[in-house]
Amino acid sequence: MTDWPILSTVTFLPTVGALLLLLIRGDDAAARRNIYWISLWTTLITFVISLLIWRDFDHANTGFQFVERAGWLSSSIGYSMGVDGISMLFVILTTFLMPFCIVASKLSVQKRFREYMIAFLILETLMIGVFCATDLILFYVFFEAGLIPMFLIIGIWGGPRRVYAAFKFFLYTLAGSVLMLLAIMAMYWQAGTTDIPTLLNHAFPAGMQTWLWLAFFASFAVKMPMWPVHTWLPDAHVEAPTAGSVILAGVLLKMGGYGFLRFSLPMFPLASADFAPFIYTLSVVAIIYTSLVALMQEDIKKLIAYSSVAHMGYVTMGIFTMNPQGVEGAIFQMLSHGIVASALFLCVGVIYDRMHTREISAYGGLVNRMPFYAVAFLVFTMANVGLPGTSSFVGEFMTLLGAFRANTWVAFFATTGVILSASYGLWLYRRVVFGPLDKPSLKGMFDLSRREIAILVPLIVLTIFFGVYPTPVFNVTSASVDNLITNYQAALSAAGKLALAAQ
Amino acid sequence: MDIATLPSLTPFLPELILGVGALVLLMVGVFSGARATSLVSTLAVLVIIAAGLALLFKTPDGETFNAAFVLDPFARFFKILALIGSGFAIVMSSSFIKREKFEHFEYPVLILLATLGMMLMISANDLISVYLGLELQSLALYVVAAINRDSEKSTEAGLKYFVLGALSSGMLLYGASLVYGFTDHTQFAGIATALAAGPISTGVVFGIVLFIAGIAFKVSAVPFHMWTPDVYEGAPTPVTAFFAAAPKAAAMAMFVRALVGPFGPAIGEWQQVVTFIAIASMVLGAFAAIGQTNIKRLMAYSSIGHMGFALVGLAAGNEAGVQGVLIYMATYLAMTLGSFAVILSMRRNGKMVETTADLAGMSRTHPVTAFIFAMLLFSLAGIPPLAGFFAKFYVFLAAIDAHLYALSVIGVLSSVVGAYYYLRLVKIMYFDEPVAAFEPMSGELRVVLGLSGAFVILFVLFAGQIGAVAGLAAKTFF
Repeated sequence: MTDWPILSTVTFLPTVGALLLLLIRGDDAAARRNIYWISLWTTLITFVISLLIWRDFDHANTGFQFVERAGWLSSSIGYSMGVDGISMLFVILTTFLMPFCIVASKLSVQKRFREYMIAFLILETLMIGVFCATDLILFYVFFEAGLIPMFLIIGIWGGPRRVYAAFKFFLYTLAGSVLMLLAIMAMYWQAGTTDIPTLLNHAFPAGMQTWLWLAFFASFAVKMPMWPVHTWLPDAHVEAPTAGSVILAGVLLKMGGYGFLRFSLPMFPLASADFAPFIYTLSVVAIIYTSLVALMQEDIKKLIAYSSVAHMGYVTMGIFTMNPQGVEGAIFQMLSHGIVASALFLCVGVIYDRMHTREISAYGGLVNRMPFYAVAFLVFTMANVGLPGTSSFVGEFMTLLGAFRANTWVAFFATTGVILSASYGLWLYRRVVFGPLDKPSLKGMFDLSRREIAILVPLIVLTIFFGVYPTPVFNVTSASVDNLITNYQAALSAAGKLALAAQ
Repeated sequence: MDIATLPSLTPFLPELILGVGALVLLMVGVFSGARATSLVSTLAVLVIIAAGLALLFKTPDGETFNAAFVLDPFARFFKILALIGSGFAIVMSSSFIKREKFEHFEYPVLILLATLGMMLMISANDLISVYLGLELQSLALYVVAAINRDSEKSTEAGLKYFVLGALSSGMLLYGASLVYGFTDHTQFAGIATALAAGPISTGVVFGIVLFIAGIAFKVSAVPFHMWTPDVYEGAPTPVTAFFAAAPKAAAMAMFVRALVGPFGPAIGEWQQVVTFIAIASMVLGAFAAIGQTNIKRLMAYSSIGHMGFALVGLAAGNEAGVQGVLIYMATYLAMTLGSFAVILSMRRNGKMVETTADLAGMSRTHPVTAFIFAMLLFSLAGIPPLAGFFAKFYVFLAAIDAHLYALSVIGVLSSVVGAYYYLRLVKIMYFDEPVAAFEPMSGELRVVLGLSGAFVILFVLFAGQIGAVAGLAAKTFF
């Protein structure tokens, strides 16, 4: 390790790219090309540098690594960055998905191309910052600031009901987050600092934990999103441009799960234990109910959005099982969903660019004209269903395993979700890809272009690679997760002893 | 009179410059007639700059006039805000004056006199000097509100402001007399000692409540806000810009000094009152602004809401709270001046337009202006990493420290409601199809907008330093 602040570099490099874009004037083809290449190179370089984090990452270390510190608001509220086994892979996921977003937007975004790319690059900075911040206030600043670019992306480049979707997205998320902000302030006065590593070792009074937990829950449940506060997600997904949906499904949804893992569990262990049945209930309802809702959707993106809510149900369930299988499974499920759901939205983007509709009934028989597309879409549909051999299987299986250890009935109901996901997934595939190609509008469809193949192939490779060989991910996460669970159990037993002593 | 008994004038130097400057400029104006408006404006700005420099470099902290006037770090902070607000208000009106034939040389002079009143309010350390400063400021403001004599709306605004303002001054004066009657002191230090010494009598509580009612009117906090939307809408736009910035800061300074200083021992009595005023202002500001289509009325409700947020810090009544109020008012001043720079630039076909729909598609007709305005609006809504977030952060941090949980929860939730109407403006600028472009923005408005935009966006980098300065100023009382 060197003194080079690699996390800050990765975080702020995209902003530098965005500033470069400000220098480009004009709206002609040459300017578009320059904008495109600058954005693409920025995200690619960011990705490559972020891989260095993985290379130098110490798997055995349970604490934060690559730590950076600088003064900011006061002596106890500083600018501090660091990653551990829980957060590091989310940084990589973010930097990995960004180039796909840029490439996928090359042709589909017609108006205000430069502003679009600037919004995306700024958003990348803020997303990476969320996962790297090791100060609560800094975390909150990154967490909330992401609303601004996403609001603009949905609202300017979105579909017909974009204004409604953008407002709903913004206000829902903001309403959840402000309560978390108050909780952060209460923690500051209690512990005297907002430094996350210090807070992780701070025991908050049991009565306070309940309120703090609820305030954090308000924010993360909306972000996740959990049933019943998930309704902003289908709207936002449907109206957002393809790349916006990719980022939303791939990264923004993960912030909720990351928050639960980073804050709720280790900082409020007693409250987490108390609320675990509550989370199980919401998760199971989400898995079953939103899967049923997904079955009835007419719009492809809406269907995938509802299936995302169901998959996030596995994540919340896994996190609160509080055993290694459940938690590692939840992290893996989030990473896998980040790849698979993003790929599905990219697949929808491919046919949307050709037909400009997302109605399922407008398609049918695509396999006749688009064999390559049918293969790619099949792989991701199967991954979404959780077929063994794809990355989703590993995540779902481990969360269910964890749930089984914690509560058999939860595991039972959650497993029905696997069946339901197969129903809506396969039915969607049948209606879009199979059947006779009798709609005249589809006759002129052409198969994947080279650019689209270049987008989809790496995602296929990763989906299958991690489905067969998930070890690289678990190598990173296991030490930190074990540490998290050990501390959690220690906090619970300490509280139990106190309760016993009090009697 | 013996020379030795003359009060020391050194802490009073900036006020002296303003007062003498105002009188000299009045002479200049009278003798050269209406043509002199722009000359008088320029000189007025120079007088304000001179006062500011004197305040920063030539004036030591201290008391004078038998401790009726005090200059301390707290006063210095707010005086700088008031001078900045007034100075930019004059600068921002210069092109308006030329284009709208708004040639009254009295206007900059009245602003100077109002500023002098503000400075006295901020430094007032005695119930009598509070009233003197307040009335000097208010009388100048009444005239400024009605300065556009040929416009019915402006006249109405001035009249409304005057009648209600006189009522509130009366309440404040009555409150002050009750406090004097029950404590035997008009000096703040004496009142504080008297209140700390024994049980607080009902008469003093009445006095404090009436005093609060009087100041609440000046900062346009609910339930004394009724004048604000009408005056904001009716007054000429540069006057509105002036009203929204500096006088609010001065009145808030007086509010803080009075409650935390002399009435500090009675915090148990006034905390609930301020808490109620803060909640009512935040909620009303958030909900009432939703339906507004006139951007000046919208800014009026927005300012009511923001005063509510600033009062959250005062309700906390601790050092962190005062620090929060200081940061809030500094940020509010920058955001308000920037927003009004945009509103002042809304001219089409030689006429000012002021409905929100006129902003449609501004992101394409004026991309830079629209971007900065959008950042100002996000900042007003309190979204990080912009300045408005940190302002809200500091006041709520203090409120949580003071265990005012209900106030905090209602406050942050009303900020979400408030975010809706700021977002609506962003939506109009960015999502809607453009209508015709505005006339090009004049140079001085560009400068003001650029400065306030830079302040709002770069605040995050200097938040620590600004917080430290405000913290030092807040230490004055603790």
